[in-house]
Amino acid sequence: MKSLVAEEKYRWSTAYLFLAPAMAAIFVFFFLPVLAALLMSFTDFDIYSIGNTSNARFVGLANYRNLLQNPLFWKALRNTGYFVLVGVPLSIFASMFAALGVNSKRLHFRSLFRLSYFLPVVTTLVAVAVIWRYIYHPRFGLINYLMGIFGIQPVDWLGNPHWAMPALIIMAVWKGFGYNMIIFIAGLQNIPETLYEAAHLDGANRWQEFRYVTLPMLAQTTGFITITTLIGYCQFFAEPYVMTQGGPLNSTLSIVLLMYQEGFRYWRMGYSAALAFILFGIILIVTLIQLRLQRHHEL
Amino acid sequence: MNYSARIRKIFFYGIMIVGVLLTILPFIWMISTSLMPTGMANHYPPVLFPKETTFQHYRTLFTQLNVLRYFLNSLIIATSVTVISLVFNSMAGFAFAKFRFPGKQKLFKLLLSAMVIPAQVTMLPLFLMLNRMGLVNTYWGIIIPGLASIYGIFLIRQYIMSIPDSLIEAARIDGATDFYIYWHIILPLAKPILVTLALFTFMGAWNDFLWPLIILTRDSMYTLPVALANLMGEHVQDTEMMMAGSVITILPVLIVFLTLQKYYIRGIMLGSVKE
Repeated sequence: MKSLVAEEKYRWSTAYLFLAPAMAAIFVFFFLPVLAALLMSFTDFDIYSIGNTSNARFVGLANYRNLLQNPLFWKALRNTGYFVLVGVPLSIFASMFAALGVNSKRLHFRSLFRLSYFLPVVTTLVAVAVIWRYIYHPRFGLINYLMGIFGIQPVDWLGNPHWAMPALIIMAVWKGFGYNMIIFIAGLQNIPETLYEAAHLDGANRWQEFRYVTLPMLAQTTGFITITTLIGYCQFFAEPYVMTQGGPLNSTLSIVLLMYQEGFRYWRMGYSAALAFILFGIILIVTLIQLRLQRHHEL
Repeated sequence: MNYSARIRKIFFYGIMIVGVLLTILPFIWMISTSLMPTGMANHYPPVLFPKETTFQHYRTLFTQLNVLRYFLNSLIIATSVTVISLVFNSMAGFAFAKFRFPGKQKLFKLLLSAMVIPAQVTMLPLFLMLNRMGLVNTYWGIIIPGLASIYGIFLIRQYIMSIPDSLIEAARIDGATDFYIYWHIILPLAKPILVTLALFTFMGAWNDFLWPLIILTRDSMYTLPVALANLMGEHVQDTEMMMAGSVITILPVLIVFLTLQKYYIRGIMLGSVKE
């Protein structure tokens, strides 16, 4: 019979054994690179440093300073802001609207509607981009054809600096709204039926029911969705990479795309690492603000 | 039903059906365009259903453009990531759920707060690291960052916590080792969450783009999305063939999703109540 202390020690060691593979992977291939990237962002790490790390020199905050002075960075930041500030509300609105519709008891074949709204979510973005590039085609695309029926002049969606970003936003919303729709449906189903019955007895109409029962009861869900969607949209990359290469005239250049180009095309890795940390900072700030707002809302 | 209620119902269904058209039409157009003879896609007004169809683009993709290879690359990578990460995550999830050990809370908090760090931050050093290890242009280069996931550990831990301790205690009294308990009691009971997580991991790995784009520079190692993006540059005019490539890329994940959709939907809901 083992003593209790020995027994406890034995349990610990088993626990560490079970943890070891995952923790080793996460520390070596996640935490270590995060720290390395932070260090790297204070150096002039470039293509000559890849072969021999000692070629990299410590440059302090020079990368960050250069970034803040680079108009291309501000362009990318503005574009990302545009994408986030227009795309996120649009996406959440579409998700909520779809969820309300699909969740309605008046609708037959609800699961079929839900499935078809959800389909774009599971598909590969690059493949979806192929389709949408064709849909946006200035001469043979479906959108310009439909607009032509109503006598609207054709638009060169992806070739015009004013329209390229809206075109990417529409595609991103189309691709992603089904995901949050599912979360909203879960939220809607958690609202007790008695609340609606009470509202009905009080003579509330449909809009008032939505405004004073549904919306407040969904506040927590909406808060969660807002954070995750914001974070996701801040990182947009594949859409401009495949559809526009950041063009025309850098009108769809995003932070992550700039980071990719600087880091993996021009091998200015120190500079690129600084960009990655600015992205991290933005995401952190957005998360904290949103959490603060939510707490405030709940009080 | 009175008149205005009927109007409202028609209006409601109208909007819902327009929504279905908006989400489904691009896919239908993709499939039908992929079956058109070369050049028919460049036609005004657009053709939705071609009079003559052909499989020539699929043939070209498989016989001349190496698509089978890309398909296998994607399949091998996505399957490996799924299997390995499922084992690693479930082991760690088990430890966090059912063991007491020094530093448990601190470690768990550290992992949770790390979830706010975007993966892009790790990519530059990770690339250099894997380059040094000779893993650029290999399957391992893609698999390694996906070996374990904090989110996966978290989901599994939550699920295993709901398995009663008495079950484990009873097995221990019968002389079962911890590994036996993990393999024969915990894993079978946690099957629903494992299927959900496997589905998420597989589809995520299949659809992943940025990391494979960075780590795979040799043509023969491309995954389907990387190959498709590359093809887009070279064959930008060849709409019909690009569409066939898209169908091949999307079809496997779509089939996997359609067969296991309830697990996938549940996974989203689980993720949404975690806060």
